[in-house]
Amino acid sequence: MTAALARGRRVLPALVLVAIGVGAWQWYVAAAGVRPQVLPSPLRVVTEGWANRAALWANTLPTLEVTAIGFAVSLAVGWVLAVAVDFSPWLRRALTPLLVASQTLPIIAIAPLLIIWFGFGLLPKVVVIALVTFFPIAVGLIEGFGRTERPATNLLRSMGASRWAQFRYVRLPGALPSFFTALRIGITYAVTGAIFAEYVGATAGLGIFMNLQKNSFRTDLVLAAVLVTAVISVTLYLLTYAVERVVVPWSSRG
Amino acid sequence: MAEQKLVVEGLRKSFGDLAVLDGVEFDVAPGEFVALVGPSGCGKSTLFDVVAGLEPPDAGRVLVDGEDATGRVDPFAYMPQQDLLFPWRTVLDNTALGLEVAGVARKAARQRAGALFEPFGLAGFERSRPAELSGGMRQRAALLRTVVQDRAVLLLDEPFGALDALTRIDMQAWLEGVRERYGWTVLLITHDIREAVFLADRVLVLDPRPTSVRGEVVVDLPHPRKVAMIAEPRFAELEAAVLTQVSRGRGG
Repeated sequence: MTAALARGRRVLPALVLVAIGVGAWQWYVAAAGVRPQVLPSPLRVVTEGWANRAALWANTLPTLEVTAIGFAVSLAVGWVLAVAVDFSPWLRRALTPLLVASQTLPIIAIAPLLIIWFGFGLLPKVVVIALVTFFPIAVGLIEGFGRTERPATNLLRSMGASRWAQFRYVRLPGALPSFFTALRIGITYAVTGAIFAEYVGATAGLGIFMNLQKNSFRTDLVLAAVLVTAVISVTLYLLTYAVERVVVPWSSRG
Repeated sequence: MAEQKLVVEGLRKSFGDLAVLDGVEFDVAPGEFVALVGPSGCGKSTLFDVVAGLEPPDAGRVLVDGEDATGRVDPFAYMPQQDLLFPWRTVLDNTALGLEVAGVARKAARQRAGALFEPFGLAGFERSRPAELSGGMRQRAALLRTVVQDRAVLLLDEPFGALDALTRIDMQAWLEGVRERYGWTVLLITHDIREAVFLADRVLVLDPRPTSVRGEVVVDLPHPRKVAMIAEPRFAELEAAVLTQVSRGRGG
C-alpha cells in the first residue's frame, strides 16, 4: 500500500502537468472559437475517439503487430551485430562506419521507395522499424560489452577463461544494464517508425488511419489516433522496466 | 633449486621504449610467504602480470615445481587490487567462479567454495549480493575465490589497499591465521612495509623502474604472529631494515 502510494507520488507531477496542459487547451478552443477541423477540443478528441473505437481498435492491432515483428527483427539484428563486433576487431572496424552511415539515411525519402520495392505488406514496414531502431540497440550493446574493464578481463584470463567464457561470465551480464537503456530508446522509436511506415502506405494501421482522417479533415480522429499511439509507446516503455527488474535484478535502477 | 615452489629467472619486459622489468630474479619455497615492496610505479603489477602468465616476458623464465611455467596461467591464483565481485552473482557464485570457469560443475563448485565460508568469516552470506558485504568481507570473498581454485601459488596484489586502517589490521591478522592453517605459498605485492613484515617470511625490495630485486629482509618472527608483536623491538628493527633498503639511493 505504501509502495503504491510512493509510486503515486512519483507520477503525480507528470499528471498535474498534463492536466494543466489539457485544461488550457480546452479553455483556449472554447474561448477563441477555433473550428474543430483546425483544432478540436481535447474533450471532442476523446468523445469522437470513443465513438469510433471500433475503427481505432481495428487499426491499432495491425500497428501493434508490425511494431512487434519489426522490433523483434531489429533486436535480432542488433544482437548479432553487437556480438560479432565484440568478438572481432576486424568486424568492428568494418561495420562501425556502415552502422553510422545507416543512420544518415533519410527515412522519409527511403520509405516510399521501400513500398515501391516491397509492396504494401509487412516487409517494408519491418524494414523501416528495424532501420530506425537497430542502431541504438547495437550501439548500446557494443558499449555495454566494452564496459568490462581490463582488471576483470585479466581476472577471468587468470582463471583460464577462453574469450567465449569471458563473454559469457562477464561481458554479457555486464552489458545488460546498457542494453535495457538502449531497449527503452529503441522501443519508443519502434512505434513511431511503425506509424510512419504505415502513413506512407498500408492497408490498415494507425498510420494510414491518420493519413485518411487528415485528408477528410477529421483532425479530432487524427489526434485520437495520436493518443492511442502515445498510450502504446508509454506502455511498452514501462514494460521494459518490468522486464529489466526480472532480468537484471542487481541493477541499482530496479 | 628443484625444491623451490616458484623460481623467477631474469624477467625482462618493456612496453615500447619503456623498460619496466630489468632482470627480476627470486624464488619462493613451498609454503613460504614472500612480500614484494617497492616504490609506486616500479612495475610491481607488471611483474605480477608476467608471472601470472597474463603478459609474455621479453626474456626470462618462470618455473613452478621445477617446470617451465612461463606464460601459463594455471599454476597461479590471482587476486587483483579491486575485489571484482560481480553484482549479478551471489557471493557464493562469485567465489565459485574460478572453479566454474575451469569446468567444475556448478553444484560441485558451489560445494567446494561453500565449505570455506565458515573459516573465511562469511557464513550466512552465501546468497547475499556483493553490495551487501562490508569492505573487509568483500576482500575475504575475493580471497576465497582465489584460494578455492587450488592453484600452486597465490598472487595477491595489494589485497587490502582499499580498506580503512582498522579493517586492514583485522584482515592482516585474519590472513596470518588462515594462511598458517592452509599452508599456502603466497607472493604478496604491497606498499605497506608493516603489512609486509607482519605477514611475510621474507620481504623482497624492488628498485624503481626499470625494476629488479634490490635486496631482501628475512623476517625471523615466529608464527602465528599476533598484532601485539608490532610493538616489539624486533618488529621495529625489521621494519627499519626494509625501510632502509627501500629508501637507499633516494637521498632520504
